[in-house]
Amino acid sequence: MEKYETHTHDVIVIGAGGAGLRAAIEASAQGASVGLVCKSLLGKAHTVMAEGGVAAALANVDEKDDWKTHFHDTMHGGKMLNNWRMAQLHAQEAPERVKELEHWGALFDRTKNGKIMQRAFGGHTWKRLAHVGDRTGLEMIRTLQDRGIHSGMDVYMECTITHLLKDGERISGAFGYWRESGRFILFKAKAVILATGGIGKAYKVTSNSWEYTGDGHALAYEAGAELIDMEFVQFHPTGMVWPPSVKGILVTEAVRGEGGILRNREGERFMEKYDPERMELSTRDIVARSIYTEVQEGRGSPHGGAFLDISHRGGEYVKKKLPSMYHQFMEFAEIDITKEPMEVFPTTHYVMGGVRVDADTTGSTVPGLFAAGEVAGGMHGANRLGGNSLSDLLVFGRRAGLGAAQYANEIRDNTLKIDDVDLEKATEEMLQPFENAEGENPYTVHQELQEIMGSYVGVFRTREKINEGIEELGVLKERASQLRIEGSRMFNPGWHLCKDLHSMLIVSEALAKCAYQREESRGAHSRVDFPDADNEKWGKVNSVISKDNGDMKIGTSPLSQMPEELKKIVDGGYK
Amino acid sequence: MSVAKVRVYRGDKNGGEEMEYEVPLEEGMVVLDAIHFIQANYDGDLAVRWNCKAAKCGSCSAEVNGMPALTCKTRMDSLPLDKPVTVYPVKTFPIIKDLVTDVSWNYEVRKKIPPFTPAKDTEWIMYQEDVERSQEFRKCIECFLCQNVCHILRNHDEKNEFFGPRMLIKIAELEMHPLDTEDRKEFLREQAGVGYCNITKCCTEVCPEHIHITDNAIIPLKERVADTYFDPLLWIFSKFKAAD
Repeated sequence: MEKYETHTHDVIVIGAGGAGLRAAIEASAQGASVGLVCKSLLGKAHTVMAEGGVAAALANVDEKDDWKTHFHDTMHGGKMLNNWRMAQLHAQEAPERVKELEHWGALFDRTKNGKIMQRAFGGHTWKRLAHVGDRTGLEMIRTLQDRGIHSGMDVYMECTITHLLKDGERISGAFGYWRESGRFILFKAKAVILATGGIGKAYKVTSNSWEYTGDGHALAYEAGAELIDMEFVQFHPTGMVWPPSVKGILVTEAVRGEGGILRNREGERFMEKYDPERMELSTRDIVARSIYTEVQEGRGSPHGGAFLDISHRGGEYVKKKLPSMYHQFMEFAEIDITKEPMEVFPTTHYVMGGVRVDADTTGSTVPGLFAAGEVAGGMHGANRLGGNSLSDLLVFGRRAGLGAAQYANEIRDNTLKIDDVDLEKATEEMLQPFENAEGENPYTVHQELQEIMGSYVGVFRTREKINEGIEELGVLKERASQLRIEGSRMFNPGWHLCKDLHSMLIVSEALAKCAYQREESRGAHSRVDFPDADNEKWGKVNSVISKDNGDMKIGTSPLSQMPEELKKIVDGGYK
Repeated sequence: MSVAKVRVYRGDKNGGEEMEYEVPLEEGMVVLDAIHFIQANYDGDLAVRWNCKAAKCGSCSAEVNGMPALTCKTRMDSLPLDKPVTVYPVKTFPIIKDLVTDVSWNYEVRKKIPPFTPAKDTEWIMYQEDVERSQEFRKCIECFLCQNVCHILRNHDEKNEFFGPRMLIKIAELEMHPLDTEDRKEFLREQAGVGYCNITKCCTEVCPEHIHITDNAIIPLKERVADTYFDPLLWIFSKFKAAD
């Protein structure tokens, strides 16, 4: 077995987006020795692409806003499948987390009286999203990055974790490789925080960066943790549809937040039919399905989408409030959005499902394994409200850092073992594609996976379609066990894709199986054969995926009982 | 379908060569699409950095037909396609492999910049007109194209003396933050080497975020440093103050 470098930390954080950075900052502040590992360069995480804002009941613009309304909106947005405790902590703590960012140097847009500006967003009762034009995610990442590099943590850039290691039931470390050299690296750690984001690259039309290959979901699953609610994949209603090479790139919901109007080819403002009260500011699941339906019924735009128009707000306003969108359309599509409408269609955006965690500590069912941000499940239920992701990763990033540092601190002995057999297996698995003389091109397999997911487990689903999809995935999994790559281990994207595919296949199978099992339509999960929500049966359970003797087991588990005082908030009317 | 010829630099620190590939054109295609086509169909190990493909992460910097650019933002139809399109790694940083260079120096110098330092009793009130100056610099996506075209770094390799435009706008952003209290003037002069900049504005020209790097950040920083260290009246004044 080849020699490789070893590093020892109390806590290893995998992923350096918003959640990972916030977790690492907190764990460091608690006195833990922290290693922050990221697949790309620091500051390139998918969080930089978040545009619209961070949801927090600061009540700077709408004075009536408070955590209760935010909690109420979030639970209704998630169709009551949310982990209520997570939704509660999130709504209560988000304002503090946003202010804290400001104290670390973030510069949000301002109200006239000098406070943090907030804008309207789908599903939020009040103007709630703190923002910086349409580059809020970049502002957050930069602020956390600056804070992080002065917090004493070690950052391992362009380093990929491929395996989690355990001593008995407990986490004892993580194994991976350096992107640059392909050399292996071993981390000994008492606790591991997963902050790896989402799974969008399993789909062809997606707003996600290449890194969103479900690594954390797969690592957790293979380490024995449970995944919940994997059927709930959010299709953001507005991705770019034209030209083909930019299909899927996000058009921020802030366009609708700032007054953008959706129309079909007949010029009809079609949201009047689907949600006359909230119109374009309805929740994402409803807007996505509405656009999809309009196109299916033959009322789509020339390139098969809907028109989204903000030009009535005037050139100056649009350029000031939505500068990135203005440039994006100008440069990619040669469209001046201050004068013409955009063409949009749903794009894969976010997975609500993920690692089952304890709300307060973010601990998973595996001791020593924590998860925060998109890779964690529960917070958003069946559908996420816009802006709740950036606040989620701040609130639960911090809690993950706290939870993991406390856990690590309680392990007084330094006797955690790393099993040599596990390491040997990990290296063999990683080097296999170099050994396969015959075998498939990973890029081809990836493209086919994306076709399968789009065709069989897309916006609208049926039993037959999903079933076909599961069969196709089975065949693809077989083919993917024999991938062949060329070249050396040095910065070899083909080789890296082999491991990414492994993760995406696990996630895709979990997703398809959950979608098959849930015989109802709820939030982002739309079953044509079961068009209504079934509150009696499916409104009371989460889907659960776990590994059982090498096979993927699917089941359900009942929602926990919500306390009376929270029930009152959920049942109450607001506005 | 028409086809473009794309010549990509393939190699590592030990040397390399141009390889030519044929890439079918698609409407609206960008250079990064062509690179991805080459990876998927010809050379799976072709190394390139990219993340978002939406001009927001700044990972895919390269030199396209000799011009520094984000490959995800450079449309094929903006280039003369009767000739081969050349794609090379950026020049200022050492090559790792193919289009990927070692940009770690940027992360090292960035750590040295004294961070945001608010006063203890700060009331967190700021006005839009006051935050806008810093906000401009915070649009930076760290593509390092400005570092790549800066003569001081590119031609003279003065990395020990000069932090480059990216880091100067980072410092400007902190210096112009309405609630920051740190004084970075000595740091700017001694460590960041603001005096080295000779205002050729190459950095501003290549910035994909259209940040006015030279006019709005570097020149005002130079003026602050000059006022403090070289203005005779202020210098005498500071001596009297010190004597108090």
